[in-house]
Amino acid sequence: MRGHRGRAAEGRWLSGAVFLGPGLTAWALLFAFPVGLILLYSFFTRGPFGGVEYRFTLRNFERALDPLFVRVLWGSLLIAAGTTVIALLICYPAAYFIATRPARWRLPLLVLVVLPFWTNLLIRTYAWIVLLNREGLVNRVLIGTGILDRPLTLLGTRLAIVFGLLYVYLPLMILPLFSAIERLGEAPRQAAADLGASPARAFVRVTLPLTMPGIMAGCIFVFVPTLGNFVVPDLLGAGKAIMVGNLIQSQFFQARDWPFGAALSISVLAVTTLLLLVQARVLTRERRLLARGA
Amino acid sequence: MAREVGRRRDLALGAMLAVVYLFLYAPILVLVGLSFNASGLPTAWGGFSTRWYHELLASSDILAALRTSATIALVVTAVSTTLGTLLALGLERTVRSTVLDTLVFLPAVVPDIVLAIGLLSSFTLLRITLGFQTVVMAHVVFDMVFVAAIVRARLGYFDRSIEEAAQDLGASRLATFLRVTIPVLSPGIVAGALIAFTLSFDEFIIAFFTAGPRVVTFPIRIYSMIRFGVTPVVNAIATAILALSMSLVLLALRLTRREVRRAVEG
Repeated sequence: MRGHRGRAAEGRWLSGAVFLGPGLTAWALLFAFPVGLILLYSFFTRGPFGGVEYRFTLRNFERALDPLFVRVLWGSLLIAAGTTVIALLICYPAAYFIATRPARWRLPLLVLVVLPFWTNLLIRTYAWIVLLNREGLVNRVLIGTGILDRPLTLLGTRLAIVFGLLYVYLPLMILPLFSAIERLGEAPRQAAADLGASPARAFVRVTLPLTMPGIMAGCIFVFVPTLGNFVVPDLLGAGKAIMVGNLIQSQFFQARDWPFGAALSISVLAVTTLLLLVQARVLTRERRLLARGA
Repeated sequence: MAREVGRRRDLALGAMLAVVYLFLYAPILVLVGLSFNASGLPTAWGGFSTRWYHELLASSDILAALRTSATIALVVTAVSTTLGTLLALGLERTVRSTVLDTLVFLPAVVPDIVLAIGLLSSFTLLRITLGFQTVVMAHVVFDMVFVAAIVRARLGYFDRSIEEAAQDLGASRLATFLRVTIPVLSPGIVAGALIAFTLSFDEFIIAFFTAGPRVVTFPIRIYSMIRFGVTPVVNAIATAILALSMSLVLLALRLTRREVRRAVEG
């Protein structure tokens, strides 16, 4: 009896090792180790020739607090937050519309939103260079229709970066919103209406709180890749408007101050982690509320 | 009257969706249009021409970059599909733990740039020469996680009684795994592989940091072309890439249509 159970448990561990072993090894070597190393480097000193000297210091983080860098960090946070909020405001109504269509319409409508997401990020960003150029389409249309008499400088502004980021990450907002609104169904809204709530009140008190997990997920999906982005600000910021991602990149390629670059990226990682924790909290509270309701 | 209000609300919401579609597709359509513009300028239409496609096909460095990316993506797809499928099975069937689940899927939420500099630092520390092999290793780790997530979704619908039936009929565990489990999971595995291929083929940031000076992937090549200036050949590349990735996505969708439909239509 004991032997039998022992063999079953052994088989379980063995198959666990066979299935999980290779993946977890790759995970440990190529994910946990690199991220841990960055954390470590952020407390070390830059070597005289650009290497890393294994001497503990807090200087990298002190330097990140220099007004010059704080301005870039703060600017990146604002751009990421702005992009996220605009994406939410555009996508919520659109997702709501798709989720309330007859079932057979939903998939095609959704696929149309997601399709552009699967083309290269650089090419999607490049499209905006073509549009926002001084001789670009946007300027030509504005001049052609007589709204402007001189072309606007659009590239190299924060607005261009926000547009580019919005374009690139919009589908990531719409998907979780859609799935939250769709899962909710018609019933809670109907119940609120039957109990005399106006549509606006039903939306604010019922639909909005119940779709909060989708809102949180969408915001994180957009905010995280936006905050650390360096491709879009590199191409659309044209060297004039930069984000923390550009700063990190230049520490690794041009300035060759890896510990400082590591400290900057740890700050990005810290904001990301904070957001994920907030999301986990919201989700737990939501689940508890739903459990109490049931 | 309520129906009237509902219709007006639908109209407003539908208009918002139309704005989203316009925003998403207008820039792409402009590129597609320009790729057939003989003058090559975004400012003047010089008539229909396939000149830029001929130029694209004649530029050996772009084609070499394409080959490099395709080779990397194929190796990455093979490795990450295997690891990801095993991982999904292991997480679903052997050690069930929410902590492990959360940890395993972290590479999908950590910002690319953090992973990129972490990998660059690790490869440098361990004196691994940057090149083909480092890009493959870097891509495997996050592709594997995406494959695992997709295969796992399929596992959710898996009816384990057919495995028991196979074993009752005398199949060994290995035979059951190879001839029952894998075939049933295959649409999920193929969809995962297609997505892994696309993700690796398109990936720029991590490759940019881990490729070293000699290996030029396709996105890295495009990046340097764009930095250099707007050239009409990029429009042709954009159109070709668009056509290719869209057909891959549609193929993946076809394969997983049942799951997606079930997920979407509830």
